[in-house]
Parts: sequence; structure tokens; C-alpha cells
Amino acid sequence: MTKPIASFENLRVEFETKTGTVVGVEDVSFKIKAKETVCVVGESGSGKSVSSLSMLRLVEFGGGKLTGGTLKFTRKSGETLDITKADQSLMRTIRGNEIGMIFQEPMTALNPLFTVAQQLTEGLRTHKTLGKEAAAKRALELLYQVRIPEPERRLNQYPHELSGGMRQRVVIAMALACEPRLLIADEPTTALDVTIQAEILALIDRLKQETGTAVMFITHDMSVVAQMADRVVVMHRGKKVEEGTVEQIFENPKHDYTKSLLAAVPKLGEMKGKLLPEPMRLMGNENTKFKPLSGSDEPLLIVKNLTTRFAVKGGFLRRTLANVHAVEDVSFTLMKGKTLSLVGESGCGKSTVGRSLLRLVEPLSGQVSIDGQNIVTMSPPELRKARLNMQMVFQDPFASLNPQMLLKDQVADPMRNYNTHSGEALDKRVEMLFDRVKLPHSFLRRYPHELSGGQRQRVAIARALALNPKLIIADEAVSALDVSVQAQVLNLMLELQSELGLSFLFISHDMAVVERVSHDVGVMYLGRIVEFGPRSKIFENPQHAYTKALLKAVPIADPRQRRSENDLNFKPLASPIHSLHYEAVPSAYETISEGHFILTTDSGY
Amino acid sequence: MSDMEQRTTQDIIAERHPFIEAWQMFRRNHAAMVALVVLSLIGFGAIFGPLVYPIDPFEMVWTPFSPPGVDGFILGTDYLGRDLLSAIIHGARVSILIGLSAAFMSVFIGVSVGAIAGFYRGWVEEVLMRITEFFQVLPTLLFSMVIVALFGSSLMMITFSIGIVSWTAVARITRSEYLRIRELEYVMASRASGSTDAKLIFKVILPNALPPIIVQAALMVGSAILFEAGLSFLGLTDPNVVSWGQVIGSNRQYILDAGYTVTIPGIAIFITVLCISLVGDGLNDALNPRLRQR
Amino acid sequence: MKVIENFLIRVAYAVILLTAVLILNFSMMHLAPGDVADTISQSMGGADKEILDQIRADYGLDRPFLIQLGSYIGNVLTFDLGYSFFYNTPVTELILQRLPATLLLVFTAQVLALIIGVMLGVISARRPNGLTSHFVTLLALFGYSAPVFWTGILLLIGFSLNVHWFPVAGMRDVTISGGFWVHFVDVARHLVLPVITLGSIFLALYSRLCRATMLEVLGSDYIRTAKAKGLHDRDVIYKHALKNSLSPVITLAGLQFSAVISGAVLVEAVFSWPGLGTLAFQSIIARDTPTILGILFFSALVVIVGNLLTDLVLRLIDPRIGTK
Repeated sequence: MTKPIASFENLRVEFETKTGTVVGVEDVSFKIKAKETVCVVGESGSGKSVSSLSMLRLVEFGGGKLTGGTLKFTRKSGETLDITKADQSLMRTIRGNEIGMIFQEPMTALNPLFTVAQQLTEGLRTHKTLGKEAAAKRALELLYQVRIPEPERRLNQYPHELSGGMRQRVVIAMALACEPRLLIADEPTTALDVTIQAEILALIDRLKQETGTAVMFITHDMSVVAQMADRVVVMHRGKKVEEGTVEQIFENPKHDYTKSLLAAVPKLGEMKGKLLPEPMRLMGNENTKFKPLSGSDEPLLIVKNLTTRFAVKGGFLRRTLANVHAVEDVSFTLMKGKTLSLVGESGCGKSTVGRSLLRLVEPLSGQVSIDGQNIVTMSPPELRKARLNMQMVFQDPFASLNPQMLLKDQVADPMRNYNTHSGEALDKRVEMLFDRVKLPHSFLRRYPHELSGGQRQRVAIARALALNPKLIIADEAVSALDVSVQAQVLNLMLELQSELGLSFLFISHDMAVVERVSHDVGVMYLGRIVEFGPRSKIFENPQHAYTKALLKAVPIADPRQRRSENDLNFKPLASPIHSLHYEAVPSAYETISEGHFILTTDSGY
Repeated sequence: MSDMEQRTTQDIIAERHPFIEAWQMFRRNHAAMVALVVLSLIGFGAIFGPLVYPIDPFEMVWTPFSPPGVDGFILGTDYLGRDLLSAIIHGARVSILIGLSAAFMSVFIGVSVGAIAGFYRGWVEEVLMRITEFFQVLPTLLFSMVIVALFGSSLMMITFSIGIVSWTAVARITRSEYLRIRELEYVMASRASGSTDAKLIFKVILPNALPPIIVQAALMVGSAILFEAGLSFLGLTDPNVVSWGQVIGSNRQYILDAGYTVTIPGIAIFITVLCISLVGDGLNDALNPRLRQR
Repeated sequence: MKVIENFLIRVAYAVILLTAVLILNFSMMHLAPGDVADTISQSMGGADKEILDQIRADYGLDRPFLIQLGSYIGNVLTFDLGYSFFYNTPVTELILQRLPATLLLVFTAQVLALIIGVMLGVISARRPNGLTSHFVTLLALFGYSAPVFWTGILLLIGFSLNVHWFPVAGMRDVTISGGFWVHFVDVARHLVLPVITLGSIFLALYSRLCRATMLEVLGSDYIRTAKAKGLHDRDVIYKHALKNSLSPVITLAGLQFSAVISGAVLVEAVFSWPGLGTLAFQSIIARDTPTILGILFFSALVVIVGNLLTDLVLRLIDPRIGTK
């Protein structure tokens, strides 16, 4: 048996805080062998990142302390070193040299003031004592290896000139520069779009095969685990709860926590043949009482030819230099009691559609009719009245509530604005709304900073319900939440829909969630809807090239359905910025079957 | 399910406005608390001092250059034989009055300009920020000197001349806070649920933009006091009142013989402004969300 | 190309700004009670209406306001700032005589404050609880709270009057003769105390900000990346962190030019430094309108040029500025 490259033995890490010592990781042991990918999975605060930072002794940089256990690492020379006992100068010869690290946020992981070449060659020159020329040559090789487009040009560019996906490729090239024996990837794709995620995952997998490096892959996403892992370590609250091969973990989980984690993850394709949305699976309440609505065929919201553009200003006296075509000729109809989802990657314009409907951003042209009234042409007082019918729930649970206001006032605020309730009736209704979203009355007199993310989203939903709207626009409303909390909030929304007959416009990037909760789906790309139809048609019979590519990129939480790199063939995202003279072509659609259309004019894909 | 989710009823104390938490944070800052006490004493002395110590600061009461503590004059006498302690007490009134009112004026202008620019954006912002830039370019002290020399040296005019040149920093800070906060989702949500512009500007955004403005306002008081001291040091001051800078300015020819006539009023300015900046630092630490949140 | 275009736009703005400053100054002078004729007649010991009218006609003061403003702006474009009756010299000449002294003081103080401030900031950020760090905190409080003219007088008492290390007043000793270096040393000796006095305020400001931004930068993701690469601490701090914390400090320094000039007015008064500040003070007391206007114009010019320079330096450091 070969020696493992790295082994964690009874690791314990503590953090000193103002309120006392907090244990970040306790009694964690596992091994990583060469050519093996070990996924460490857990929700936020499980200690998975702390373990990885300990291996590099970078955890001290964030105020942590290794207080127990050993971290064995087998060096290139074959000798085994206890990382916990190494001093910082010895560590410097290991970091970047024998252990490479990839971080989560490609936008901030690169120094904005140095070129790609400068940052790539730095490690080489330190560890391999390469000369300037040799290092530059190797840097170029690395860029080719990570398959960045136009590698020569990238060398002299600064990080802000690269897209997120390209930056992450640079970060990976940097981590691989000195051919490390162990590659640690800490949520390397969490901040990326799903198509770019697929490419980066494939890249890491290929590099592992090519170089034989061991990979420690940290993630919160079970679908990614299913795609990447050879073995899996499940962590919860600083402790390892389960370890096994990827098949064991997914097909025969032993620990309750692993089971609940797996249960809450929606699997793309599992809704095949089902007509209606279904509640998310949750451990403990398998038999939810409510039945999802089939909805009606009576239109509530009709959007026709909606176009929203933003001016790019600059130069002398800040002229308009160009336009961002955020939303371009978008039309769809949302039926009463149904959920319509808009899916797409960042920058596709889905959020701008949501905001344009309420005129939180001003659309350039088009019609938005709710109950027969056109919102786009309304005067401000009419608009104010029309907004009674539609409310929004936003993404970021930390920014969606006013930090200076009591929760009950936040929920009461819309009713005060419209004078719908006052005095005791108002208090009663606020309490009723808190009951609706299953928050205790003791929360009425709290401030948002005392709440968790899921609780905050519940308050945001209560606030959106306050005016008894017919339509709720949920803009990535559950994206920032851990999976189990996400499932709870989604189920709450479905339950409210079936009880109150609400319609939802659900804006999301998460295909698996969309498949579970929607009646109808619109796929967006570069400001246009490229494919629209009933959920089953979009997911079971996608027609547009982009929809197909998108569905192929989504990782499936099943290790037996792995994507191969050959499946992936993505084009770089075109820019939505066009000169003032640019004339956008109107969108034209072809009907595939009843209610199922695809864009026939140029989508830019 | 997650760690946060389980942190419910027990370990949280309900009903604490963020500003109350900030005050508790502030109270733990010893330097700032001491400074606050000293400032209260100075304010108290400025208000009631003349009642307790009724010597006229303009009256020549003794031989010139009588050192502190000699002949019963606690802080000695100046080049004309006027009582220095009385000058310090009366000077405190002028310094604090001008400091507070000039700071109020610049905060008022700055917040109005910054809030409107940051909230409405577009050409409104463009015009207001050009105006701000314009006032930023003016050589502040020279400009105030000219105003006071041309339009008279009443306390009102001095206050105006200080306020009109020092609001730009407040405007910049306010604007950037408004730009940041107006994009936050709770502002968007409030707008979607029917809030008017006025409500958004004053009731939704302003309270959340206040922390850095409060800190800047505290610093403004200090710099307005320094500014006034500079003007009066140069002799551009209301001849009917005593001010600390003016005492230094009129005695500076005699520093070789009577250094204390310059040192003592300087110490008065120094301690006052020092305490204000300590309080400002304390407020900064207490209100800084990065130190508190999450 | 883009960089140059952006810079030219900045220059165009600067010219507009400067014109606006001219208009404001001129209008303010016009609004003030009394005019040049009154001041001249006062200095002559009073004059009757005829003579006053004659003076007004001579100076063109009887023309409509807009005409006067227009001709003033026209003259300024040809660098003619009018004639000072108080000094009997053209204003431009008067100012150019005094400007070098002020520029020497202002730029030496700014540059030294910036360099030392950044050094102190970096050292104290490396050890946030070390001795330098506490020193920077104290220095910042002192520099911010002490009135600059008072600091100057204390330094005078301490180092010129009691121990005679430095001269008491002025910029050079007229009794000294010798070559360039003799004069250089002489001016440098005169410069020490004024620069320390003026620089202390800004040193406080910069070292404090530099400490704060360094601490923030040191906690950022890309610093963690740099450490994960196995770089030496020296490289991490002086290469990666320092360059990133320079921008805010330089931005602040750029905003301080107007404050530096204000400080210089007071410092010049304390040390009898023969610069614009002293001239400004004298002409304000004498109500020498053309000179006052000229000085206001030139100090605005110094501030604007300072801002442009700052902008240029920032563009050199940070590739993100000016590209969209």
C-alpha cells in the first residue's frame, strides 16, 4: 500500500473570539491518496474550509489555532512531515510548491494591481528559482494547460480585464504552477455560472488525471460532490459525521445528517413524467399535507415586447457612449395560481425583467399588463396603486431587511404606505402574517441582525404578503440559503401558493430547483427568452441549443450520471453592450408544440 | 438545520435597536468616555464659568506679564495686564459656539447635497457633484479670510465663512452612502411596497447612512474650532469677543518673555479638539458595522 | 490612447472649474461693500466725489458688471492679473515672486508627510499592537488636534529661541554669501521648522489612513492567495499589500491640497515665510482687490494642478482607473 499524500489525524482547531474560545474543527481524521479526489462536504459553518486552511497553516492567518492532532504530509522527497509542527519558513517551501490552493472567489483571489504573468511567475521564481524568461515560458504553458482562450494575450492583462471563468483558470494555473502533490480546492465553482462551473470541474478532473496530483475538494453542493469525488467526507458542526466512497455515501448513507443533506438536494431529471410541481423532500416531514395547485388557464400577467436598456455613460460631460441591452423584446404570460420560472446565467437579464415589471427600473418599451392594466404607461400615482398587486422577494437575506427597523414594522410598512390597515387591525394582521410564515410572535420586536438567513427570508415573504398581492416576484429568493433551509423556504412558498392562490414569477439560476417548483419555464440568454414552455417540455424535450447546453452543464446529484468533458461545448458569453447605432432585431419564435416555443432569430449563442 | 437556524430564542435578547448596541460599545471605550466627560466639563465651564469667575476679559486688571499663580491670577496676565483665565473661559464660549454652528451648517449643506445627488443620480448628481468639486478646489482658509475681511467680522459671518468651505467632505460621504444603500434590496422592497421618494430619502436610507455622517460631524466640530482659531490668530475675528486663537495671535510677539500667554490658550484648543476627536474615534468604532455585524 | 483621452477630459474640466472659481471670486469682490476707489481714496486721506469718479473711470469700475467680469477673465487668459496699487507692481509679477517660496513649503511638506506617513503606516500595520502602532495612533491624535500655528510657535520657542538650532524667521539669511550649496543649506535650515509644523498635520492623516488600509488589505483574499503561493512575508507586504493600500492614501493626499495651502498661510505667518500666504494676509488687510483675486486664482490653480497630478499618479498605480 502506498503512503497517503496527506492525512488528517484527530485535528482540532480553535478560534479566539471576544466571547471566548470557539472550536472550529474537532477530532477530524481522514486521508488523501495520490490521484484521488476527496470531497469534504458540509453546510456553512461545518468547518470544512478550516480543515483545508489548516493543511497550509493559513488558518492562523484568520485567527485560528491548531490545538490538537497531527497533519501528516508526504513530501516529494518521500519524507513525512507533521505540518502542525512545521515553522512558517518551512511552510513557505511547501505552500504553492507542494500544496497548491484554489479559492472560492475568483473576483478577489487575484491581486488587481498585477498582471496575470506577474502573478503566475511569482511562485515559480520563488520555489523553482527560474529566471525571468524561463518563468514566463512556463506561465504560458500553464495557461495553455488550463485552456484559457488566447493565452498569449492574457499574460499581460490585469485581472479586471478577464471574466470570472478566465480568472478562475488563472487561479488554477497558479495553484498548479509548481506541480504540487496536493491540490486543495475550496468551493472553486460556487461563485461561477453553471456552464463555467461544468468547465472548471472538468478541468480540475482532467488535470488530476494528467498530473497525478491528489485533490482535496471542499464544497457545500452535493451535486458537485457526485460529479467529482472518489471518496467523500461529510462534516457537520466541526466534526466528521461520515466517510466513504462516493457510491456508498449517495446510495447507502449511514448518518442521519448525510441522509437529510441528500434528501433536500433536488436531482435534475427526477420530475420526469410528472405534471405538477412537487414540494421539496425534507427529512422528518415526508408527507407534507398540502397539494400543489394545478393553477388556472386565466392569464394574470401578460408581458409583451418588454425591452429595458441601460446607458453606459462616460467621456466629456458624461455622454451616453453605448447601451446595455439588458432585456430585449421579451414576451410571456403568467397564469393565475401558477409559477413561471425565468432561468439563465448571470447577466442574462432575468433579474432586470423582474424589476422592470414593477418599474423599479424603467423599461424602454413594451407592455406589462396585470389584470388588463398596462403598467408601463401608468402615471406615478397609478403605478403606486398597481404595485399593490405585485410584490418582490429578493436574494440576499442580509440586505433584504432594513437593519434599523423592528421586524413587525417592516412587515407593517406596506400596509401603512397604502393605509390598508391601522391600529389594532394592523397589529392583528402582522401577527397573522408571522403565523403564516411560521415565525414565533416573539420575533415581532426583534431587529434583523438577530436572525438567521432563512428566518430573514421568511420575514421578507411576510412583508411581500402584507398587501395581499396576486403576484409575487421571487428574485433568486432562496439562492443564498443552505440546501435544507432552501427546501424549507421553498415548501413554505408552495404552501402559500396552494392556500392563497398566488402566482409566482420565480427568477433563478438553479435548474434543479426550477424543475421542481414551476409550471412554466422561460430560458433566458443575452436579454431574450430563447425557449419557453411548460416545465415538462423544457426539461424533457429541450429544443434550443442553449437550453440543451445549459441542461448538460447542470451537475446531477448522482455519481452514476457523471458528465464527461466531451459533453461540454460552450461558447463564451457575448457582450450585451452595443453601440448607439445598433438596432436590435425583434424576437421571432417557432411553435414546437402547444405552448412550447423557441427563438428562431439570432440569440447571440 | 444550519448552525444559524438553531440560534433562536434563548441566546438572543430582543428589542435592541442597533444604536443602543453602538452606545454599549462606545461605553466600553475608556478613552472616548473620559473625553466625553472632559468635553462636558468644558461645555459646563463655558456656560457657567463667567458667573462663577466674573472678571471682564477686556479689563486691564493687573501689571502685564504676571506669570500664572503669582499675585492671585491663576493663569497670569497678558501683555496688557488682562486676566488670562477669564480670556480662556470667555474664549471657550466663542470656540464652542462657532465650532458647533459651523459644523451644523456644513453637515446640513453636505447631507442635503449628498443625499439628493446620491438618491436621484443622473444629471442632478452630475450638477451637484461639480458644485462640490468647485468648493473643494477653493483654498479654504484664504477664502474665509477674504469673506470675513470684506463682509465684516461678526460671529455670524465667521461661522458662515467656515461652514461654506467645509461641507464638501460631508457631501461626498453622504453621497457614497446613499449610492450604496439605495441599491440594497430593502430599499428596493420598500419602494416596491409603495414608499414615496421622501420616505425613502428620510426614513429608510437616512437612518442607515447616519453612522459615517455622525463620525464626520464630530470631526467637523473639531476642525471648525481649529479653523476659527486660525482666523482669529490672524486677527480676523469679532473685536467684541475674546477667542482662544486671538489671545495667541495678540501675544505672539512676546513669546520670549511670556511663553505661557501663548502656550495656555493653545492647550485649551488642543484639549478641546483632542477630546472631540477621541469621541469621534469612539463613535467610529462603535458604529462601524464591520466590527459588529455577524 | 484611452488614458490620454481621459486625461485630456480631466484637463478640460479643470479649465472650466478654474473659470468658475474666477467668476465666483470676482462676483464676491463686486458684492462686497466698497471698491478699489474707496480704498485708494482712503489711503490718500480722503477724496471728493470727482476724484473718486476719476479713479473709477481709470480702473474701468464704472462699466457694467458683466463687462468688467468679461474683461477680467480675458486678461487672466493672457496671464494679466491687473495692477496692485498697494505694491505698485503688476499682480502677476508680485505673485510669481512669492509663489516659489510657498510651493517649496507646500510640496516639501506634502511629499515628506506622504513618504513618512506610508512608512509608519506599513510598520504599524505589520504589528497592530506594537510600539510604532501606538505611536502612530498618538501622532494622529496630536496632529489632528493641535492648532498648526501653536505647534509652530512651540517649535520656535523650543528650537530657535532657546537652543538656536534653527533660524527664527524668513527663508534665507541675506548676510550669507557663497555658492549654490551655501544657499541651499541656508534655505534648508530655514525650511526645517515650517515643514515639520505643516507636515505634522498631514503626516498624522496619512499614517493613520495607511495603517487602516494596510490592515484591511492584509485581510483580503488576494493576500491569502499570495501567502498560499509560499511567498516571503516581505514580498507579500511590500509588493502585494503596499501597492494596494497606496491608492486610498494618495487619493486622500490629493484632496488635501486646499488644506495644505490653508495650513501654509498660518505657518507662513508664524515663521514670516515670504510666500503667498504672507502676501495674501497683507493684501487682505490693505484691501488690495487685484492682488487678492490673483492669489485666490493662483491657489485654486495649485490645488487643481495638484489634483491632476494625483489623478495621473493613481492611473499609473491602478490599471482599473480610466478603463471601463
